[in-house]
Amino acid sequence: MTVTAPSPAPARATAVPPAVRRARRRSAALGVLAWLVGIAFFLPVAWMVLTSLHSEADAATNPPSVAASLTLDGYREFFGATGGASPWPPLINSAMASVFSTAAVLLLAFPAAYALSVRPVRRWRDVLFFFLSTKMLPVVAGLLPVYLFARNVGMLDNIWLLVVLYTSMNLPIAVWMMQSFLAEVPVALIEAARLDGARLPTVLGRVIAPVVGPGIAATALICFIFSWNEMLFARVLTGVTAQTAPVFLTGFITSQGLFLAQVCAASVAISLPVLAAGFAAQDKLVQGLSLGAVK
Amino acid sequence: MTTTTPPAAPSSPTAVPPRAPARPSPAPGGRLRAWAGRAPLMPALVFLVVVTQLPFAATLVISFFDWYALDPAAREFTGLANYGSVLSDPAMRSSVVTTALLTATVVLVSLALGLALALLMDRAFRGRGVVRTMLIAPFLIVPVAAALLWKHALYNPEYGLLNGSLSWAASLVGVERPVQPDWISDLPLAAVEAALVWQWTPFMMLVLLAGLQSRSPEMVEAARLDGAGSWQIFRHLTLPHLRRYLELGALLGSIHIVQHFDAVFTITAGALDTANLPYTIYHTFYRAHEYGLASAAGVLVVIGSIVIATFALRVVSSLFGEEASRS
Repeated sequence: MTVTAPSPAPARATAVPPAVRRARRRSAALGVLAWLVGIAFFLPVAWMVLTSLHSEADAATNPPSVAASLTLDGYREFFGATGGASPWPPLINSAMASVFSTAAVLLLAFPAAYALSVRPVRRWRDVLFFFLSTKMLPVVAGLLPVYLFARNVGMLDNIWLLVVLYTSMNLPIAVWMMQSFLAEVPVALIEAARLDGARLPTVLGRVIAPVVGPGIAATALICFIFSWNEMLFARVLTGVTAQTAPVFLTGFITSQGLFLAQVCAASVAISLPVLAAGFAAQDKLVQGLSLGAVK
Repeated sequence: MTTTTPPAAPSSPTAVPPRAPARPSPAPGGRLRAWAGRAPLMPALVFLVVVTQLPFAATLVISFFDWYALDPAAREFTGLANYGSVLSDPAMRSSVVTTALLTATVVLVSLALGLALALLMDRAFRGRGVVRTMLIAPFLIVPVAAALLWKHALYNPEYGLLNGSLSWAASLVGVERPVQPDWISDLPLAAVEAALVWQWTPFMMLVLLAGLQSRSPEMVEAARLDGAGSWQIFRHLTLPHLRRYLELGALLGSIHIVQHFDAVFTITAGALDTANLPYTIYHTFYRAHEYGLASAAGVLVVIGSIVIATFALRVVSSLFGEEASRS
């Protein structure tokens, strides 16, 4: 299956047997195909960015006006320069919910993963399955009691409620991922530290954390992305003050595309943190999303 | 949030509260050490049980009440009546079918496309890194933003990219009035599915690509020297090797798409037979204020999911067993 890249030296082609030349041509054709498919998948994203940079009049034309002049009006509109609702409070809420819940997940998941992988507790595999099983069923089945509880204790429209819920949402995945990363830490390393009299926090912080640093980073990235993207909880449990960015974005649904450039600018702006983080850590993302099972 | 009874019931020994009554034991030191071993696990376990299991237990209780939120005084215990209503409600039944269709279609199509893409991306070609980055982009767009993008910028019958491209292509060949379908009204479920396939294909591609790259090149080379063609190598070597990765992709995709809410909510708002179970339950409780009915539906979803979860856990378990036997 693995075929060498198309040779950059066609001058020597005469010396190459025809079968190899055929294989090279096929390989080049498949490379072109990969490019075409890649562009096709990227096209909606590129279109979103391009539309976000057009004026509303140019955005809503048929056939599309690809070459229309570019403007930042869509973004200015979105960031409230022209009097609309400011997206900053929702963006800050999203950042808070994502960052704090990610931190809480790491604090809870790291020791748990340690107990499950480095010093297996009894029936550790069952415990691990219990963690995963909490991910498998629809969140809506627990949404109503959470809503009623929050209403009764006055926690509706409170960002800390989302922090707690996002922590529970991401904790199972984090435990699974970290468990698989920690299982790779040589036991001898830990034993040596323990013989030297190191206590658990020291072992976790000084011995294990540096070894599994990339794994922890991957876990944090995934938790951040899932929290940032979450919409159902945020929609039901927040209102005005604790509204998150995705909920703010749903406010554009009713506009029926009247402000297409602005909708696209909003979508780009709100996706940007995830896009940046995801592109920066592509490999980690794969490994993490497949619960560490794919290496 | 909610949970079935997993292979490890929370009542298993590991879930006993840390402050179990101290009884005289033949080996107090051993018992102490066992608790020390479990202690790091406890915060996560307790937190998860409290935040995910208690709400589900409450949902179970509410499901036995006739509870219309706008008339709370009339709340009363009705036993299984809500379950009867839910099971005989055509809208609810249709949302079960929709959920199954949506999940199966999106998972299978994105898995097949992802496999084709992974095979393409497994070969060396110029600019592979760039193509890979472009392919990942759809997965990284915030789901609500992606749904808005499809609804307004692509599907819109008047100025969406799809119809815009149609009229552009038509103008090239001199057609005055090209077809301009209203994608969402004409093909509502397919419209939602296409947007989700677009978002999930990159994920499947990434998982399968990792699988392809873990395949031993020597085996492939040996097979090739033995005269095996590309198709034979794919059929007898690559595909069996990828089986676990295909299963993993299907499992993780199903977990997420069964629960998917954003695209249905944004693109069609559940209209035109596109309401899946999460949307229907959301609507029953949040818009129709039928707390009892919504809870009963939620419990039924959970029961249905136990079947899937049991199967899925077995898949993961076999993955797991393989890893354990390797070490």
